[in-house]
Amino acid sequence: MVYDALIGPFTEFEFMRRALAAVIALSLAGAPIGVFLMLRRMSLVGDAMAHAILPGAAVGFLLSGLNLFAMTAGGLIAGFAVAILAGVVARSTGLKEDASLATFYLASLALGVTIVSIKGTNIDLLHVLFGNILAMDDQTLLVVAFNATVTLLVLAVIYRPLVIESVDPLFLRTVSRAGGPAHLAFLALVVINLVNGFQALGTLLAVGLMILPAGIARFWSRDLTAMICIAVVTAAVSGYAGLVLSFQTRVPSGPAIILVATVLYVVSVLFGRVGGIVRQLFPGRHLEA
Amino acid sequence: MAALHFHNVTLGYDRHPAVHHLNGEVARGALVAVIGPNGAGKSTLLRGIVGILRPLDGNIHLGGLDARDIAYLPQSAEIDRSFPISVFDFVGTGLWRNAGLFGGIGKAARQKILRAIASVGLNGFENRPIGTLSGGQMQRVLFARVLLQDASLIVLDEPFNAIDSKTTADLLGLVKHWHGEGRTVLAALHDMEMVRNHFTETLVLARGPVAWGPTAEVLTPENLMVAMRMCEAFDDTAAACAADDISSRAA
Repeated sequence: MVYDALIGPFTEFEFMRRALAAVIALSLAGAPIGVFLMLRRMSLVGDAMAHAILPGAAVGFLLSGLNLFAMTAGGLIAGFAVAILAGVVARSTGLKEDASLATFYLASLALGVTIVSIKGTNIDLLHVLFGNILAMDDQTLLVVAFNATVTLLVLAVIYRPLVIESVDPLFLRTVSRAGGPAHLAFLALVVINLVNGFQALGTLLAVGLMILPAGIARFWSRDLTAMICIAVVTAAVSGYAGLVLSFQTRVPSGPAIILVATVLYVVSVLFGRVGGIVRQLFPGRHLEA
Repeated sequence: MAALHFHNVTLGYDRHPAVHHLNGEVARGALVAVIGPNGAGKSTLLRGIVGILRPLDGNIHLGGLDARDIAYLPQSAEIDRSFPISVFDFVGTGLWRNAGLFGGIGKAARQKILRAIASVGLNGFENRPIGTLSGGQMQRVLFARVLLQDASLIVLDEPFNAIDSKTTADLLGLVKHWHGEGRTVLAALHDMEMVRNHFTETLVLARGPVAWGPTAEVLTPENLMVAMRMCEAFDDTAAACAADDISSRAA
C-alpha cells in the first residue's frame, strides 16, 4: 500500500523518474542560490527576473516551437538584458533598482504572453506560465543537470567574496576588487537557475523552489552552512512529495510542488526553532545568563 | 620615508569639496589624531586615504603601500548584523590578504583568529552569531579583524563613538600597541582629552587644514575656534574653485 503510493509511481513510470531527477537537480543548485537571494534581500528581485525571462523564451518558442535549447537561450538573453537594463536605468536616473526592475518585468511578462499567444495555443501558454515537469525528455534533463553542475561550481568559486559582500560590503571593497564580479556572477547564476526552473515550474513558479526553501531554512538555523543544507533538503522533499501528490490527485505537478513547500513553510513559521511564532509565544522561563 | 603624502588633495562629493587643498605628509609609524567639528571632512579624508573615494583634485601617495596594506574601520560600518555568520568566521575575514579567494584556513590561521578574539577580550564568543552582540562587543570584533589584517597603515574613523570607558580603554590599548609595533595609525576622534594624552600628532580639519603638527602645539583653543567657524554650510551654487593652491597652513 505505502510502497504503491510513495515509490510505485517512480518504479513504474519513466516520466516520474525523470521528473524526480530534475527536481533533485533543481533543489541542489537552486536552493543555495535562494538562500543568498534571501540573505541579500533580493527575494523579489529573483521573482521579477523570473518573469523577465519570459519574452526571450517566448521568442525561442516562436522561432522553433517547444524546443528546449531555443527557449533556454532566449530566456538567458532576456534575463541578462533585463538585469543589465534595470541596473543601468537605476544608476543613470534617480529611480531605485527595484522600481525599475518592476517596470521591466511587467513589460516582459506582457510581451512574453503576447508573443506566445500569437503563435501558440492556450495549452502552450499554460506550459510557459506553469511549466510541465512531467514532460521532461532526456535532453531537457541533461540541460537541467548541466546547469545545476555549473551553478554549484561557480558558487564554490565566488562563495567567499559573496558571503563577505553580503555581510560587510565596505570591508570587501577595501581589501579586494572581487565584490563586483562576484555580484555579477551571482546574478548570472540566478538567471541560469530561473531558466532551469522555468522548464519544470514555468515562469510564474520558477523562483518558488529557490525562495520557499530559503525562507524555511531561516526558521531552523542561524548558521549559513546549515541553512543551505536545510534549504536543499526541503526543496528536494517538496519536489518529491509534490510529484507524489500530483500523481495521486491530478493536481498539476508544478503547483503541487510549490504547495507542499508552502505547507512546510507555514509549519516552519509556526514551529521554527529560530523565531517561530509558537516559540515566541511560549518561550519558556528565561535563562540564568 | 613618509607613509602618506597629500599633494593639494581636494576630496568631495558631486564636485562639492568636503576637504579642500590639503598638503602634507604622515611619517611612517606616526600616531595621528584627526579632529574637527561634525562635517569637517574627517570621514571624507579617511575614505580618500583608503581609496574608496577618488580625489576631485590632487593626489594621495601611499608610499608604495598596496590597498591590502591598509586596514580601515569605518564610522558606521555597513554591516548586515542579521547575516548568519559567527564571530570566528567574521573576524577570520581579516585574513583575506593571506587567504584571498580560495586559500585555506589552516591550523595556524585558526590559532591566529582565536588569539585575535582573545586579545579584544571576547573569549568564548567564537561561535556566537554577530547579530547577538552588543554595540561595544561588535566594536571589539571589528578591532579583532583589524588586528588580523596585519596592516602597516591603520585608519580608524571615530572608533570610540558610543563605547563605554572600559571598552574604550581596552581598545585604546590596542591602538597604542599598534603604534609600538611601528604601524602608522590615523584616527578621527572627538575626545580632546584622549587626543592630548595619547596621540603624538594632530591634524585639525575644518573642510581644509587648520593646523597640523605635534599635538601639544596644535591643540589650542584658538585653533579649535577657527575650526568651528570654518565649517560653513554647503553652498549649492558655489562657483568652480579658482584657487589652484591656496597656501595651506599645514605643517
